[in-house]
Amino acid sequence: MLWNAFILALREIRRNVMRSILTILGIVIGVAAVIIMVTIGSGATQQVTEQIASLGSNLLIVTPGQRMGMGQRNTAPPFDEDDVVAVGNIYGIAAVAPVSRSSATAVVGNNNWSTTTVGSDNAYFIAGNWTLERGREFTESELRSGAAVCILGHTVKNELFGGQNALGSKVRLKKLSCTVIGLLQSKGQSTMGNDQDDLILLPLRTFQRRIAGSRDINLLQISVRDGYSTEKVQKEITSLLRSRRHISVSEDDDFSVMDMKEISTMLTGTTRILTMLLSAVAAVSLLVGGIGIMNIMLVSVTERTREIGIRLAIGALEREVLLQFLVESVVLSSLGGIIGILLALTGSLLIADVMDVPFVFNGGIIAIAFLFSAIVGVVFGYFPAKKAAKLNPIDALRHE
Amino acid sequence: MSFPPLLCLRQVNKIYGTGTAAMQALQDVNLTIEKGDFVAIMGPSGSGKSTCLNILGCLDTPTSGQYLFQNMDVGSMSRNQRALLRRHYMGFIFQGFNLLNRTSALENVELPLIYRNIPAEARRQAALSALQMVGLSGWEHHTPGELSGGQQQRVAIARAIVTQPTVLFADEPTGNLDTARSLEIMELLSRFNREQGITIVMVTHESEMEAFAKRSVHFLDGKVASDVRRSPLQEES
Repeated sequence: MLWNAFILALREIRRNVMRSILTILGIVIGVAAVIIMVTIGSGATQQVTEQIASLGSNLLIVTPGQRMGMGQRNTAPPFDEDDVVAVGNIYGIAAVAPVSRSSATAVVGNNNWSTTTVGSDNAYFIAGNWTLERGREFTESELRSGAAVCILGHTVKNELFGGQNALGSKVRLKKLSCTVIGLLQSKGQSTMGNDQDDLILLPLRTFQRRIAGSRDINLLQISVRDGYSTEKVQKEITSLLRSRRHISVSEDDDFSVMDMKEISTMLTGTTRILTMLLSAVAAVSLLVGGIGIMNIMLVSVTERTREIGIRLAIGALEREVLLQFLVESVVLSSLGGIIGILLALTGSLLIADVMDVPFVFNGGIIAIAFLFSAIVGVVFGYFPAKKAAKLNPIDALRHE
Repeated sequence: MSFPPLLCLRQVNKIYGTGTAAMQALQDVNLTIEKGDFVAIMGPSGSGKSTCLNILGCLDTPTSGQYLFQNMDVGSMSRNQRALLRRHYMGFIFQGFNLLNRTSALENVELPLIYRNIPAEARRQAALSALQMVGLSGWEHHTPGELSGGQQQRVAIARAIVTQPTVLFADEPTGNLDTARSLEIMELLSRFNREQGITIVMVTHESEMEAFAKRSVHFLDGKVASDVRRSPLQEES
């Protein structure tokens, strides 16, 4: 009986090529849209998460001045080296990296490259989650004396030296000519879209004397030890700096302590909202696909009712007719679902490649999209048939 | 010795609609049809002739009264049992042909055999020989849309007789055809009745077609008005 139903269903699909294609198309579009959007969304989320992890864990950033809305800051004195030492003594802090930045043009031979120079010490590697690809960190004496040495970010190295060995070569920054002693491992783009590898690292003292010409420290990057509460450390830093900067109780802080975890939570939140938005759009496509299937099935109901009448008249049992329609719906829906999944996987791979986000295989959403479409296909293929098969054969035959 | 009659209607009523809109299509109809007969049911539109045929063919159910098929009470049967009755004993021909669209003549004729679980090869052979009997050799792979009205009706006849039914019901089989085509169709039906002993019950309102039948039953206002035997049930051989 099942085999008969299968033969009849296949004949029915074959003789209604157009209707079958439209039904399949509805399912294909629904399934493919959902899978592609969710896959790309998860890829983007994963990328953001990875980038945040690359910033370093438990990172606090202390900057002078208070944020006053859109990027505005009131003027406040920068930090000095005594602040760095004092903050470093707070319990639970793994490393405090003093950071001063300024843009400068680096020159090697005929190549020049406009980049950011960063003055710091070896704590920068810990707080910034950097590792050396080649070469070495700064020595104590280099840091103390302000030696003319530098460590290059991946981008700078590529721009200035290309494939050549950079270690030991000289790079000219303004009037300073410094020797390359190390190369940083690449971190790629940051969450904000700027190139994290576009920097030249100098000893803080070298930077202050030869590049900036001041003893200012623009910000502190602080790495909190694992297992210690960043909130607690944040509070301690705040009270310490308030007393060191002689801020009275009635005054606001003239510096701010940011927790990277907060920023990362915010960013993952944003991506999650984006993914949800995409999923909502995808759900609408699925719905539209479903309505498409529904329309096709309902439009053909008159013809199909007469067909059912003919089948009943020549001796088909109600359940044989229904089984045929069920098999037909299942075959069409599965075919559409499979085509949709294949299309979605190829599409996602391509889009992931173009958008440079990782391809995340999400079996759950594939199952959901497939099931939804299959159910829509089966329900709207089967239930009108069920209604028709309950009629007296003569009424089904005369159906207008 | 006496066989039970093939078909027997006793005091059958059929009412369409309810209340004031109710329309009595059949009123206390008694009708007995013997095996091997060729009965023409005649009457003007609305006389209840088609309703009677549909009830005899188990396509419709009477409102009251008894219908015996070979002494089996059809009224007490389930939908499925009536479907099996149609499958194994009955064939149908309609005025509008009622073939499956976009389906080849061969597949249309094969359809009742699929429901009888006949293996593919036997099914094909039976369908081909049925099509040959109605003179449609060479047209097996044409769809109804590619066939003339007369040819479509022959496909329908082939579909009806391919199962070698006991009784063939024809509802105005020539209603959509010109006279020449109609006569050909009637010749065919007459031949199946004569050669294969298939009982034929045919509704028509054309008296030329009545001439092919062995017996004519006239309906008027839902009642049997006259019942005339035109030629003997068994032909002398």
